[in-house]
Amino acid sequence: MASVLTPVYIVLTMALAAFLILSFYYTLTDQGYRYNIGWLLQDTSPYMWANLGIGLGISLSVVGAAWGIFTTGSSILGGGVKAPRIRTKNLVSIIFCEAVAIYGIIMAIVISNQETVFNPQKWSEAERYQLSSQNHHAGYSMFGAGLTVGFSNLFCGICVGIVGSGAALADAQNSSLFVKILIVEIFGSAIGLFGVIISILQVTHAKMGDK
Amino acid sequence: MNSLNFNIDFGYLEGLVRGFKSGIVKQADYLNLMQCETLDDLKLHLQSTDYGNFLSNEPSPLQVSIIDDKIREKLVIEFEHMRTQSVVPLSTFLDYITYGYMIDNIVLLITGTLHQHTISELIPKCHPLGSFEQMEALSIASTLLELYNAVLVDTPLAPYFIDCISEQDIDELNIEIIRNTLYRAYLEDFYKFCQTLGSTTADYMSEVLAFEADRRAITITINSFGTELTKDDRATLFPRCGKLFPEGHSALVRADDYEHVRAVAEFYSEYRILFEESGNNPTEKTLEDKFFEHEVMLMKKAFLEQFHFGIFYAYVKLKEQENRNIVWIAECVAQRHQTRIDGYIPIF
Repeated sequence: MASVLTPVYIVLTMALAAFLILSFYYTLTDQGYRYNIGWLLQDTSPYMWANLGIGLGISLSVVGAAWGIFTTGSSILGGGVKAPRIRTKNLVSIIFCEAVAIYGIIMAIVISNQETVFNPQKWSEAERYQLSSQNHHAGYSMFGAGLTVGFSNLFCGICVGIVGSGAALADAQNSSLFVKILIVEIFGSAIGLFGVIISILQVTHAKMGDK
Repeated sequence: MNSLNFNIDFGYLEGLVRGFKSGIVKQADYLNLMQCETLDDLKLHLQSTDYGNFLSNEPSPLQVSIIDDKIREKLVIEFEHMRTQSVVPLSTFLDYITYGYMIDNIVLLITGTLHQHTISELIPKCHPLGSFEQMEALSIASTLLELYNAVLVDTPLAPYFIDCISEQDIDELNIEIIRNTLYRAYLEDFYKFCQTLGSTTADYMSEVLAFEADRRAITITINSFGTELTKDDRATLFPRCGKLFPEGHSALVRADDYEHVRAVAEFYSEYRILFEESGNNPTEKTLEDKFFEHEVMLMKKAFLEQFHFGIFYAYVKLKEQENRNIVWIAECVAQRHQTRIDGYIPIF
């Protein structure tokens, strides 16, 4: 059975193969200077990094929330057939998963508010270096902040989902178990919050613009 | 198939089967059932369990065979519901569970035809979970080769017949050999299939099917003492999986009586305990009962883990054991023979 990661493996392998072939070609044809990491980092636009950060932040959070919701939801449906009393109480697990998506939206809004237009042609010579490095710093901060919140919410959502599924099935057998397992879920959802906190810290120092 | 993806296709059915499992008759209900004086009392007590009013349409002088049929019907309805809701690979897994019943049905129909019963008498005795199309056509042929070409090649059991097709006419002795050969091929196939299903299912089902294979090996050995089954034939009937394979099997082939078999089982700690606690006195449990107890213990373990298929197999086996228990108690009540009424195997 193909695992869910097969397309990821295929893409990564092809990218690695392309990179290796190109490296050999450049090395053997004395074009090694083309591998210029400095040029890459300097000339890619901070806008690209910033928007990638925003996009990854919100989308990975939503993937995490969705994963959690379907994992818990299908168990609630199954367990609710013979034990209808669990239906309402276990919606709390779904709410914990949903909170993860809300963290993603909040961070995406916060990060995108930091993003402003800058125009390098309006800069004077004296301030060019300082403004340029400040804008690059802003771009990378927003990218990092988006990754932080995205990945931590992804795994938080998966975690809360799997625990919520167990909570629903255990509740269907013995209703005193639900509150105990809810405590495990609360710890699970705390890790998503950690991601949000660090992400905010990363993004508050980001200053984009002409000043 | 792991905890991340399992719930996409199977989460609902897992929740459902755990709900069914919580409806299995408990120890307190068995105590109530044992107090019954008549079968109508039994029916009344069963109404308060998950069975509900399943006997309400039956005419008044209740018989144990009717109770047996209705209990089985409830399991069949639940199983069929799960089977229709499932997708590959769970549907394949559930199909494998039914192949065991199919083998029993085929052997029942062939034996019944040998004894000149009509097909319409035999079909109601077949287990519904093991029914397949063209079941009625099994009465037409007298050698296994004809039967295979006509009917059996279209069933899912076709690959299991490879070892036992022959031109000889079917008779009493070789029908049992056919049954055991088929079951051996089925167990080995099921074992191989479970290995492809992910680590939790593979681990659990390996243990369960190993016990099933060992139990069959021991039972075949004990039942073959005093019959015409040669030792070489006996060796070909043991499934090639389980703890007893291969050294235990070669020792069992050489065994000549019960004490030899017990000596072989001494090397395996779980089976040694089963042999020690069983015996042939009226007060002790028989070896068969101890095997059933061990099976129930293994089946209960399935529900301790989430995200695997073993719970479906365990549910079917536990419902069968519950069926046997209730029918045992019903027989004791109907015959007013209260001494061995507590000879059922407690489940929960």
